[in-house]
Amino acid sequence: MSVPSMPLPLLLPLALGALLLVGARLPLSVQRFIGLLGTLCVLAAALDLLALTAQGDVLATAIGGWPPPFGIVLVCDRLSALMLTLTGLLGTAALFYASSGGADASGRHFHALFQFQLFGLVGAFLTGDLFNLFVFFEVLLIASYGLLMHGGGPARTRAALHYVVLNLVGSSLFLLGAALIYAATGTLNLADLAVRLGQLTPADARLAGAGGLLLFTVFALKAALPPLHAWMVPAYAAASAPVAALFAILTKVGLYAMLRLLSLVPDTGSGSAFVGSATWLLTGAAVLTITAGTLGALASTRLGTMIGYLVMLSMGTLLAGIAPGTAQGLAAALYYLVHTTLITAGLFLLADLIASGRAQGDRLVIGDPPRDARILAPLFLLGAIAIAGLPPLSGFLGKAWILIAVQDSAATGPAVWPWIWVAVLGSSFVVLLGLSRAGTLLLWRRRGAVSPGARANPDGGRSGLARPALVGTSALLAASPLLMLFAGPLTGFTLATARQILDNGEYVAAVAGLAPQSHASDAREEGTDR
Amino acid sequence: MEWLVATMIGLLIGCGIYLLLRSRSFPVVLGLLLLSYGVNLFVFAAGGLRVNQPPLIASGQPYADPLPQALVLTAIVIGFAMTAFVLMLALRALSELGSDRVDERQGDEES
Repeated sequence: MSVPSMPLPLLLPLALGALLLVGARLPLSVQRFIGLLGTLCVLAAALDLLALTAQGDVLATAIGGWPPPFGIVLVCDRLSALMLTLTGLLGTAALFYASSGGADASGRHFHALFQFQLFGLVGAFLTGDLFNLFVFFEVLLIASYGLLMHGGGPARTRAALHYVVLNLVGSSLFLLGAALIYAATGTLNLADLAVRLGQLTPADARLAGAGGLLLFTVFALKAALPPLHAWMVPAYAAASAPVAALFAILTKVGLYAMLRLLSLVPDTGSGSAFVGSATWLLTGAAVLTITAGTLGALASTRLGTMIGYLVMLSMGTLLAGIAPGTAQGLAAALYYLVHTTLITAGLFLLADLIASGRAQGDRLVIGDPPRDARILAPLFLLGAIAIAGLPPLSGFLGKAWILIAVQDSAATGPAVWPWIWVAVLGSSFVVLLGLSRAGTLLLWRRRGAVSPGARANPDGGRSGLARPALVGTSALLAASPLLMLFAGPLTGFTLATARQILDNGEYVAAVAGLAPQSHASDAREEGTDR
Repeated sequence: MEWLVATMIGLLIGCGIYLLLRSRSFPVVLGLLLLSYGVNLFVFAAGGLRVNQPPLIASGQPYADPLPQALVLTAIVIGFAMTAFVLMLALRALSELGSDRVDERQGDEES
């Protein structure tokens, strides 16, 4: 099924970003208006795609009318639409916060960079071509370098240098992996790859396997899995709050690419077609990530760093759901992905609100609680319950579903569940301790004795809190109760998404449907001659 | 020719990785540059090495694979822009942090 409006969420941020670059001298209010309008349009287009794909259709468009497998295609299935919607929601909330909190005023080109970041993200989620995926990775990376540096300062420069160098090495590895896969299969079109990977000679299959593992390394770097996680926490902690909130989805791009890659791997007849022998690899990575993230969160001296480690920890939990390669586990991981992306983004914004109200910033030391603690503390409690995975919020549901799915998978695959249960449950307990300590230090205890005078003036600082910024933060954190309330339809959707990922037939058929039939068969013959 | 190209790619990537592991920012940038050269050559070689053949499909004629040539062009442009960016970033780090050591201890962030 072909939809002409599909490139819209891709072209709109590109055009608006270019416009904002040209109009860098426009008043900030105009730039904010253009940026917000663009982000809202991306969200609307993403919701439209979500509605179109919800029935199981896979949408595909050949860019410029060049038929696959030669032309570049855009493909949108349930997974892409879900990630696009998440990008739109996160982008809107982050830009709303940046516009109201003044984070965009501390340097030039914030709004242009933000639009280019959206362009890169949307492109990475929509593209159906391996090399095109590389290009969109570069687009979103170079925009993220700019956003990370926005506002300047030594801490940001130091974090950015590490972030940029590591990601450039990652880009080189990506090219190596893509070249190996091309050398083995003669195609870069993802749908075509899924077909050809099943028809390789053993020698070529080894070559393609080496390329696939190189790509896995790159995506692990983007997803911040240890030992490739070193860039992530300093960068997230140093970035301004709205940028860190948007970055909450950057690690998920790595995970998305990993899922796409895994869904291409042909059925080798060894039990689970989806991950095959990768189950133990993914489980090991998951347990390692969860352990490192938990220890990091407990050892953090600042709230921003702590949330950075919680992002990392959530990547481990997601991998734990994916590792068995069952539809249930995958669906649970996708549900948890929506939850964790929105909540960690909300926590980054909340940490900024708390830090701006304290003399000690977001450092975890006893100081004076922010003057708006009566508003911020319930929000922090909400976020902490959600992210630690306590009932009744969505984190509990996501984690419990992952644990049950992993245990059920032991009937058909390797018994990885004891490892995952210990890691997830242990980390939840430790994170709970860490968050309780952070909340107590930041919002409850005050330096010295509590004097009645200090309490007598609770309204003194009300004006310090920007109302729109609070709205953006609470909107993200309110996602957790909403995810819980609408868990029924949502879990149904993620389960359907998981089935679609496991069976890549619809994806391949949608792309093949774009090619004129005679041309497609010619192309295949030429490809095998090569 | 395969032997020569393979050796060159190996040499470039080896030198690149050695320089990447140095502790000062300028050798690291040079290392990234060499690494991207090696990778570009590798991508170029991924379509098979052919001499004196056009990258066009004429009927029955042998041809060089045009796709890696297009890919490598894109990769060169992106690599060039990224190198320029990381060079500016290294200079900025030198002026703001007062040191070009990439592994400088983070300390307790003062700002």
